[in-house]
This record gives sequence, structure tokens and C-alpha cells, in this order.
Amino acid sequence: MFSRAYRAVVTVPPLIWVTVFLLVPYLLMFCYSFWSVSASQAIIHSWNFENYRQLFTIDVYWQTLLRSMWIAARVMLFSLLLGYPLAYFLSFHAGARKDLFYQLVIIPLWVSYLVRAYAWKTILGSDGVLNTLLQYVHLTKHPLDFLLYSPFAVVLTLTHIYTPFTFLPIYASLEHIPRNLVEASHDLGASPLQTFWRVIFPLSIPGVVAGATFAFVLSLGDFLAPLLLGGPSGIMISNIVVSLFGAAYNWPLGAAISLCMLVLVVSLLFVSERLEKKWSFS
Amino acid sequence: MSTLASSSEATPSSAAASPLLRIRNVAKSFGRSVVLRDISLDVAEGEFLTILGESGSGKTTLLRIIAGFENATSGEVWMAGERLDSLPPYKRRVNTVFQNYALFPHLTVEQNVAYGLRVARQPETEVASRVEHALARVKMTAHAKAKPSKISGGQQQRVALARALVNRPQLLLLDEPLSALDANLRRQMQVELKSLQREVGISFVFVTHDQEEAMVMSDRIALLRTGELEQVATPQEIYRRPATAYTAQFIGHTNLLRGEVRGGIVRCSTLSWKAQLPDGPALFSLRPENIRIVASATPATDGSVRVRGNVRHQAFHGATELLQVECADGLVFSVRTASRADNQSELELDFHSADAIVVRESADRN
Repeated sequence: MFSRAYRAVVTVPPLIWVTVFLLVPYLLMFCYSFWSVSASQAIIHSWNFENYRQLFTIDVYWQTLLRSMWIAARVMLFSLLLGYPLAYFLSFHAGARKDLFYQLVIIPLWVSYLVRAYAWKTILGSDGVLNTLLQYVHLTKHPLDFLLYSPFAVVLTLTHIYTPFTFLPIYASLEHIPRNLVEASHDLGASPLQTFWRVIFPLSIPGVVAGATFAFVLSLGDFLAPLLLGGPSGIMISNIVVSLFGAAYNWPLGAAISLCMLVLVVSLLFVSERLEKKWSFS
Repeated sequence: MSTLASSSEATPSSAAASPLLRIRNVAKSFGRSVVLRDISLDVAEGEFLTILGESGSGKTTLLRIIAGFENATSGEVWMAGERLDSLPPYKRRVNTVFQNYALFPHLTVEQNVAYGLRVARQPETEVASRVEHALARVKMTAHAKAKPSKISGGQQQRVALARALVNRPQLLLLDEPLSALDANLRRQMQVELKSLQREVGISFVFVTHDQEEAMVMSDRIALLRTGELEQVATPQEIYRRPATAYTAQFIGHTNLLRGEVRGGIVRCSTLSWKAQLPDGPALFSLRPENIRIVASATPATDGSVRVRGNVRHQAFHGATELLQVECADGLVFSVRTASRADNQSELELDFHSADAIVVRESADRN
């Protein structure tokens, strides 16, 4: 149907791109994860599982990995709790103002990540907006120190940043529900609450799964929020990877941790895709 | 005609005594556009009433007001002596078969049918037996476990019907339920639907734009035109005695003759006949099948009107031919005959003056 030249022009550039920027780096990372570093900081190209052994036996690594997953899980939960009602309201009850509200939800995505993270720093700090206010109204005598440089601050910031990513697929799936199904449900005697749980929610599951995956995966790999707001107790696995590739100069261990995260994320995406397929009907 | 006779007698018909559904002076506007004005209509217990109208006539809006998906701007809806229009849709004992069936895609056929019973928290044993019975009635038992996307349009139609009827509503609303089916299946479903309605004895309010469908199925037809009721009558009545020019033209073919009455004589172009009508302009509807072709030699009988014309065009309609015959003064008659005529041939037409029905002019409305 198409000429050979056309097919070559269309397919070769993406293939080169994928090879140079994805396959080769992954392959390099894979190799590095089985190598090691000498005392004189040279890469020793001998194959062993030492890095993986370290990852699963040295407390700080596996604990940070678990903590990162726990932070990501909380971000996912809070993003869903915020994003779903928002998407539901917009899709079903916003009426003529739907587009306006939609834009309002989207606008924060145009603001730099750094600006938003720093904004939380000025709000949560010991001289920050929140603490000043709390002391001003005499709710507390001393600034609350768990607000900033804590996992709390990381979860809060990441939730703020990733809620629009959760909102969007949920909103899209709610918008796709034919409204006559809602009418049919009411017609058959189901109250609005029954209609929600029996018709609307089941049909929005693909959006919920996609949104939850976004929030979890993006949070899991985040390193700026913990760097700026996490403090020692809010360190996440990506911060460790950054330091292993940087100051610590242990690329092999960094590569091993990265590879583990990659496997984790890819399996999550696989599961979420299966779930979305199972719950989509069209 | 027999229904007409009985309703004029002293004993009131069931519709007059206690209609199941009473629509009183219902009007509806969306912003500045008026969709329905001053609709009053009764539906009797066990009646099959069709709301017939072109697209944009407001027929679906009227149905949605009865179902509760729209609120009337003014007017009242009563069912079985209770105010219906103050209840939300899920509290009305009315069920709807939607135009595109609106089956829940994530539920099986069986679960779709059970939906109304489950939300009403009926015991599971009762749900199971009623669902089974409902599926058997529409011959869908074999597909009980299938998802709606795996069955055909006609089958989805049946499931939608079962899903509504299983709740034993007092009134079933049907919004152009057959419009998505192909002609063959459609005719078959018309018959099935009608016999199903007889069997269950529930009142049906059926919305369609297809006048043939309305004629075949209905006990009565309510013809809606740009938001107003044009005529409400039995199919026979509405065909034989259309009240307005619009009704006469919308239901079947007709010839509209514009005449002038003076002293009991109607003059229409070169034609004239006797009629007991007040003086002034009058409009007549004459059905093509009421015009006969006669040999010019035969003497005219009392009350018959004769006119000569040439065949200009003819269309084959299977059992009949529809001829366009042009007479003097540019008057063109549609004539239904059993056999073809020669084109351009001259014919003598004959109709009985009683078959020219006086109709009201239909005002232009937008």
C-alpha cells in the first residue's frame, strides 16, 4: 500500500531514537548492575550479583525502597480521594462551567514543578505561613517541626503535584459514560447513590486504575520533593540513586537499584493495563 | 368506529372514568425555544398509545417528562390518582425502553434484567425466578450469561424490554425502540411488541416518527406537531377523518382540495358538489383510494363527482399503483388503482362527495 521509501522514512527515525536513547542505555545499565567498583574507583568488569545482594541486605537500601513505596502509595490514595470527587463533580454537576473548572484544574500543570515545591517550603517551614498563622491564633506555642523536612511534607507536595494526573484519566472515563445509562438506572428505581456504586463507579474503573498508576509510578521515582522537603527521614530511593551515580561514585550499585525499580514499574504498568482492559466495555 | 360510538353513549369509557395517566396543560421550553405547549392527554389502563411526530415535534421531550428526566415548565402529570411530576424518576412506577436500549455494558443480560429488582432489595430467590421468567418471555434465556456487546441489536431490544417489564410497572414508555432495527426485524418486533402488550396488560406509551408503525400497533395515536397535539384518535379515525390538513398529509397519502362553499355547494376549480357546510373557503382531504377510474359512458350516480384528466406519472407500490392525474386548471389528483395505466392517456375520474373530508388548515408554526 505504501512505498518502501515512505515506510523507511516513517519507521527508521523512531527506531534509531529508541535504540540510541532507550535500548543502549538500558543495556549499559543492565551490564553495570553486575559489575563493581575498585578501591581506586575504577569499574571492574567482572560479572557478579554483589550489588543485588547489597540492595537486599543493607538496611538503608531496602528500607528506603519500602519507604518510597509507602510514600507513593499514600500519594496515590490521596490523589484518588481528591481527584475522583473533583472529576465526578466536573463531569456530572458542573453544567456550563465545566470547561472553566477543567482549565482551573489543568493550570497548575503549567507552573514549574520547582516553583510548586518551593511554595510548599514557604508554607510549611518553621517561619512559614502555616506555623506563623497557628502561633498567631495561639493554637501552638512553638512552630510545629513535623510539617517540613518529613515524609508528611513529601506526601503533601507530591499529592498536590500529581492529583491533576489522577484527575485527568478519571475525568475522561466519566465523560465516556453514556448519560442514558444513568437515566436507565434511575428509571429502574436506583437512587443516585445506588446508581453511583452500581453503574458509574464500575464504568470509571479504567480511569481510576490509570490515575492510580500515574500517581504511584511518578511519585515512586520522584527525587526533587524529598530533596527539597523530605529531610533525612523523607529520603526516597531516587535520592540514593542520584548520590550513587554522583558523589558516592558507585554506578554499579546505582544501576542495580535503578533496574529493580524499572522491573517494579514495568510489572505495575503490565498489571494496570490488564485491569483497565478487564473493566473496559465498548 | 365502534370505539367512537361507545364513548358517546351514557356509560363512560374507562379512559374517561379513571385514566391511568393524566397529562394536564404541560408546557416545556428550553431557554427561549418552546418545545411543548399546552399538552393535555390521557392514557387508559392497558392502552397502547402512540405519540407520533416528526423529529423536533417534542415527542421525546414529552416522554422524558413522563419518565421524570425532564421537568415540565408548567402543567401537571398524574398517574393513578397521584401527582407524578413531583417525584424523582427512581420513585415513579414507570419504566422506559430507551432508543439505544441503554443496557449496562458491564453487566450480563441476566444482571441487566435483575437490576431493578436488586436495587429494590427483592429476595434473591424471587429475583432469580422473575428474571428467568422475563427472559423466557422475550426468548433470551439462551443468552442469559452474555454481555450486551455480544448480542445483536434485536436481542438487545428484547433484553431492554425484559429489563423494564420485570419490574411490573404500571406504565411502560418506549422511545423509538425499533428505529435502529432493519425493516424485516422491525415488522416482526412490531407484532411481538403488540402481542406482548396484550399479554401483560400494561399501558404502553410508544414514541415513533413512523406513521405506519403507529397505525399497525396503536389503540390510539396522539399526533404531535411542533409542540402541539394535532389530533388524538384511533388509527382508523385518524386516517378516515383527519382533523387537519397536516394530519391528512402526515398519515398516508392524500389529495388536498381548496374550495369555496356557497349556499350548500362546494366549488373547487371546475368541480362542484353538494355539502352541508357554512359559506366560506374550505379545505378537503380526499384519499387516493377513494377515487375510481370509470368509463366515460357510465352515468354518474347521485353524489358522485366526475373529472377528466391525463396520466402524468405513475409509481408502483406493489399491490397498487399511484397515478398522478392532471386535470383542467392544473388540478392534480393522486389516484390509487390496482393496475397500471398508459402514460398520457386520458381518464375519467370519479369520487363520492362524502369522501372529501373537511379538514382544518394547519397553521405555520416554528
